[in-house]
Amino acid sequence: MRAPTNGPDVAAGDVLLAVENVSLSFGGVRAVSDVSFDIRKGEIRAIIGPNGAGKTSMLNVINGFYHPQEGRITFKGQTRPKMRPYEAADGGIARTFQNVALFRGMTALDNIMAGRSLKMNKSFFWQLLRYGPAMQEEVEHRARVEEIIDFLKIQEIRRIPVGRLPYGLQKRVELGRALAMEPELLLLDEPMAGMNLEEKEDMSRFILDVNDHYGTTIALIEHDMGVVMDLSDRVVVLDHGEKIADGTPDEIKSNQAVIDAYLGVAH
Amino acid sequence: MLYREAGQFKTDYASDQAIFPILQDRIGLAVILAVAILLPFANNDFLTNAVMIPFMIFTLAAIGLNLLTGYTGLLSLGTGAFMGVGAYACYKLTSIFPNVNILIWVLCSGFFAAAVGTVFGLPSLRIKGFYLAIATLAAQFFLEWCFIRVSWLYNYNISGAIEVPQRTLFGIIVTGPRATAETRYYIVLGFLVLMTWAASNVVHGRIGRSWMAVRDMDIAAELMGIRLLPTKLLAFAVSSFYCGVAGALMVFLWYGGAEPTVFNINQSFTILFMIIIGGLGSLLGAYLGAALIFILPIVLRFAPEVLGLHIHAATVEHITYITTGVLIIFFLIAEPAGLARLWQVGKQKLRVWPFPY
Repeated sequence: MRAPTNGPDVAAGDVLLAVENVSLSFGGVRAVSDVSFDIRKGEIRAIIGPNGAGKTSMLNVINGFYHPQEGRITFKGQTRPKMRPYEAADGGIARTFQNVALFRGMTALDNIMAGRSLKMNKSFFWQLLRYGPAMQEEVEHRARVEEIIDFLKIQEIRRIPVGRLPYGLQKRVELGRALAMEPELLLLDEPMAGMNLEEKEDMSRFILDVNDHYGTTIALIEHDMGVVMDLSDRVVVLDHGEKIADGTPDEIKSNQAVIDAYLGVAH
Repeated sequence: MLYREAGQFKTDYASDQAIFPILQDRIGLAVILAVAILLPFANNDFLTNAVMIPFMIFTLAAIGLNLLTGYTGLLSLGTGAFMGVGAYACYKLTSIFPNVNILIWVLCSGFFAAAVGTVFGLPSLRIKGFYLAIATLAAQFFLEWCFIRVSWLYNYNISGAIEVPQRTLFGIIVTGPRATAETRYYIVLGFLVLMTWAASNVVHGRIGRSWMAVRDMDIAAELMGIRLLPTKLLAFAVSSFYCGVAGALMVFLWYGGAEPTVFNINQSFTILFMIIIGGLGSLLGAYLGAALIFILPIVLRFAPEVLGLHIHAATVEHITYITTGVLIIFFLIAEPAGLARLWQVGKQKLRVWPFPY
C-alpha cells in the first residue's frame, strides 16, 4: 500500500481512498482543479471550504456521479476506471445528501430496507411467492435493519411515511439507510445542516458511534466548524476548487490560507 | 370498536412483515373472497356476465398499469396496445396449436406482451414523466397499426376482426359463444385472485421497494446499488404481462371476439383514469378505481328503475354521465391521492373510534 502523499500521520491505518490530481469542469466552469488527498481506513475525514468551493462536486466524483476529466481515484488499492454510482455502491461507498434524498412515499422501515437491496438476491420467482427463501431473506434483513433502527433510536417512527417526518428525523433515517448498506466508506454531505444544537449533538454522537462501533470510515462535509474540529481526525480545505490546506484540526485552525479564505484578506 | 389490533402481538419478523398483519383485515378478505365465489349462485347472468367479468378484467389491467405508473412512477399511455398484444398473441397461439389448453395460452400471451412492453420501455432510462408518456403513445399507435394492417395477426379474416374459437377444458366449454357465464366468471376470478396475490407479494418485497425507490428518488436509488435500467424494464415487463393477460381474457372470456378499435387509445386512458381515481401505488386502488369507473355508471343506469321513477331512457343516460363525472371530481377533490387513501384514512378513524385521534 502506498504511503500517504501528504498530511500528518494522525489516524492509523492504510489509505482506503486516494484522490490524485483530480480536475473536474463543466464547460468553462472549473469545479475542482488538481486536488489530491487521501482517506485512511477508520478515520473521520472532513472536507470544508466556503460556499462553491467544490466540496459536493468532490463527493460526487468519489461516488461516481461525475467523471473527472483529469486525475485518478484509487479505492481499496485499485485504481478505478470510470464507474457508475451503483458500482460505487457495490464497492462499499454509501452516501447521504445535502438536501435529504429519502424515498418520500415509503415508510422509514422500507427506506432502510431499500438500503439493503444490494445484499438481497433471491430470484423473481421466489419474490412472486413471498415464501421460502424470499421470506427467509426478508426476515434476516429485517433483523439487521432493526439493529440499525435501535442504534439510531427511531423505533417509534418505523411505520410512518418519511415525507411526514420532521427534518431532523429524516436526516437520521437517511443515515440509517446509508448504514444499512454496511459501507466501508460513508460520505456525509452536511449531515447537520438546518439542525438545532440538540439535534447536532445527537447527530455528532451517532457519527462517532458509527465510526467506533462499525469501524466505518467517514468523509463528511460540514459548515459548523465546532463540529468539524471536534469530530474529525483530519481536515482538507477546498477553496475555488483548489486544495488550500490539509491537516489535523489544530493545524487547520492556525493555517493562514484557511483563515484568509473564510474571513477574506485585507486589500 | 371491532377494528382494533390491540392484543395482537407479533413475536417474529415474519408475522410482522405479513401483508395483512391485522386479524380483522384477514377476516374481511376471507369474507370478500367467499362472496366472490358464491356470487354465480345468485343465478343472475347479467351480474356475472356484464358486471363482474368486465370489472375483474379491468381491475387486472389496472393492477398492471399501477405497477408501472403507481409503483415505479413511469407514466404509460400504451396500456390498450399491450392488452391488444396479449389478445392477438393468444388468438394466434390457439389457432396454431388448438390442442393446447387455452388457459396456458392466456398466460403465455402475457409473456408476448411483456416482451413488447420491455422493448417500448427502453426509452424510459433517458426520459421521464410526460415525455415518457409520449414515447409510450408511439407504442400505442404503432401496435394499433399492426392490429389493423398485419392481416396474419387475425388469420386473414375478411372482417379484420378476431373471433374466439370454442375451446374446452376437462370437457367444459370455456371460450366461444356456448361457454356459460359461470365458467368464464370462475376462470377470470381465478386469474385475478392469483395475479393480485403475486403482485402484492412482489410489491412488498425487494423488487417492490426498488421500484418505489426509483419512483421517489432515482439518484438515491442508484446510490443504493439499484440499477435503473433493469429495474425500470422489469416494471415494464411485469406491467405489460398483466395487461396482456387482461387483454387476452377480455377477448376470450368476455367479448368473444374483437376488432382493433377495442385496443385503442381510449382503452389506455380508461385504465389510466381508473388508477388515478383509485389510487396510484395501491393494489386496492386498482379495484376501487375499476369499480368507480365501470360499475358505478351501471348502477346509476338502473337506479331510477329500482326507485320507481319513470324517466326516459335517453335522459337516464345523460344523468348517468353527469353523475359519474361529478362523483369523479368530488372524489378527486376529497382525496387527490385516490380512493385507496380515503379507505386508509377511514380505517385509521375506525381504529381509534370513538376518539378523534
